[in-house]
Amino acid sequence: MPASPAAGTRTLAQKLWDSHVIPAAHRGEAEPDLLYVDLHLVHEVTSPQAFEGLRMAGRRVRRPDLTVATMDHNVPTRGGARAADELSRKQMEALAENCRREGIPLHQIGSRRQGIVHVIGPELGLTQPGMVIVCGDSHTSTHGAFGALAFGIGTSEVELVLATQCLPQRRPRDLAVNVEGSLPIGVTAKDIALGLIGKAGTSGGVGHLVEYRGEAVRDLSMEGRMTLCNMSIEWGAKAGMVAPDDTTFNYLERRPHAPKGPAWETALDYWRSLPTEPGHVFDEEIQLDAGSLVPFVTWGTNPGQVVPITGRVPAPGSDTDARALRYMDLSPGTAIADITIDRVFIGSCTNARLEDLRAAARVIQGRRVHPKVRALVVPGSTTVKRAAEDEGLDLVFKTAGFEWRSAGCSMCLGMNPDILAPGERCASTSNRNFEGRQGSGGRTHLMSPPMAAAAAVTGHLVDVRELV
Amino acid sequence: MEPVSLVSGRMAPLDRADVDTDQIIPKQFLKRIERTGYGPFLFFDWRQAPDFELNRPEFAGASVLVAGANFGCGSSREHATWALRDSGFAAVIAPSFGDIFRANCYKTGILAVYLPAGQVRHLIDLASEEPSAVIQVDLEAQEIRGEGFVYRFEIDPFVRECLLQGLDEIGLVERHGSAISDYESRRMGWLPAVR
Repeated sequence: MPASPAAGTRTLAQKLWDSHVIPAAHRGEAEPDLLYVDLHLVHEVTSPQAFEGLRMAGRRVRRPDLTVATMDHNVPTRGGARAADELSRKQMEALAENCRREGIPLHQIGSRRQGIVHVIGPELGLTQPGMVIVCGDSHTSTHGAFGALAFGIGTSEVELVLATQCLPQRRPRDLAVNVEGSLPIGVTAKDIALGLIGKAGTSGGVGHLVEYRGEAVRDLSMEGRMTLCNMSIEWGAKAGMVAPDDTTFNYLERRPHAPKGPAWETALDYWRSLPTEPGHVFDEEIQLDAGSLVPFVTWGTNPGQVVPITGRVPAPGSDTDARALRYMDLSPGTAIADITIDRVFIGSCTNARLEDLRAAARVIQGRRVHPKVRALVVPGSTTVKRAAEDEGLDLVFKTAGFEWRSAGCSMCLGMNPDILAPGERCASTSNRNFEGRQGSGGRTHLMSPPMAAAAAVTGHLVDVRELV
Repeated sequence: MEPVSLVSGRMAPLDRADVDTDQIIPKQFLKRIERTGYGPFLFFDWRQAPDFELNRPEFAGASVLVAGANFGCGSSREHATWALRDSGFAAVIAPSFGDIFRANCYKTGILAVYLPAGQVRHLIDLASEEPSAVIQVDLEAQEIRGEGFVYRFEIDPFVRECLLQGLDEIGLVERHGSAISDYESRRMGWLPAVR
């Protein structure tokens, strides 16, 4: 047993949990807690069977006013809905029809606020501290950046939440990740995530609600915190979160769905009561020294197979490593910076917010994409795209030779036409380097937006700190 | 859901760790709006390699998949468990699972059972050396039995009850309708609503 917590103190996660448990005296001993869901985000790929299930059972959506839908996973990033294949179009039509029937607001392709579900929630001010948020997508952990309890669910659970607005859950254990010190220049939230997964392993977070803490986390912008929380699922955590503070409140104030007037003050008081109380001892803790972090790059086929950009492809330590090396067509001992690339993808719910595009543009400014590289920027939302264009970032990218696309998940998972050809190697700001993830036979190296930008202009993996 | 209490059958060994749901069913097969018919797409990319373990004819018709640690990590796609079910797998045994995948297994009526790594190793070796070996995954008794061994396993008692009785979880939650309404009436007024 871990040391007992300071008497009566609670974690952020515990407070979020306790405030969402539906009290019901008649629930059986063996039954898990029943959690109330404040916001249910829905997209076209994991929802059609859930709506169909409701229909077959004669059920309706209990709280369409707490449900928001968007089209993101399979939308084409150029040419609009007409450019989609027939099956994708059918899925989008099914979502539109289901939303129409149930009165669920939908941000469909071509509309002003469409975008990746985990980008638009925060952008609209729908994601707020203290909430429980679920979505049929594993990267729902992104919303934890606001001090919300947010996690991904399967399609049957989507159906359950549509019908009841609740979810039976057992409370996971608490785990603190303390990132003390300051990040060196050229090191980003993405590098905290990759460095952490490299250290903790791909299943190190399973069964835990993770709270990211410490000076380096406090110093992150909301965009950076979202990147960090986004990757929680990549080491198996149930959810990842950051305590709300002034950075959170400044981001939220005046967002379309944020509380207004006196309600804002009431909400602020509540949000300020949420952070973990001082002296609390977590079930488990992981320490990370921010000052020792460097830009990281994955070399293998899971996000734990990661090395510093200054490092070399490691000798295989397991069958999994050996298989990954074969798939990635890499030899142990090769300098990471000697690996040439064919494609660059700047996008995804991990790293396609305005700050990410700015960071990449700073590296690209005045440079050209390497002649052998095809590079793509896919803003996380239509709002991000517009804001980037307002400050001329699109011109920076286009002048350098990047393709400037419309919002969607795009090449993060390749459900739309943006995919790698077999054997192509990609520097990607997304979250998963799984085999075939970006296209069957494609090879993915995960990294931060500035690192991907640096790879685009040099044609190989490179330490961005050499370019700035 | 149909009740599930006992799975009896042959094993298919997949001696790999960190098998993600992108491998179990690649993304190009997530575009269908049906809940069934995913069997042909199970491990689609891996199956293109002639030496892929599960292509061996002796594993055709196996109903228990035995795999390495962290099986089903990654994406939340329930299509992964639908593909397993549609391919005839009624149980999956591994030292550990991705959380969302494991929950999806239970919703699909698949017994996802975790055992200590040493016992999983024994089952993988047994299946590889003696593909005709039959085991029982007994949810009622919480035991895995084969010739000469009995392995006890743990499972969430609520999940076990739901599976054994084939309970409709939505129906179970709906029984708490008035408690849910009470909770709703006390929610803070400034929480966002989208209409």
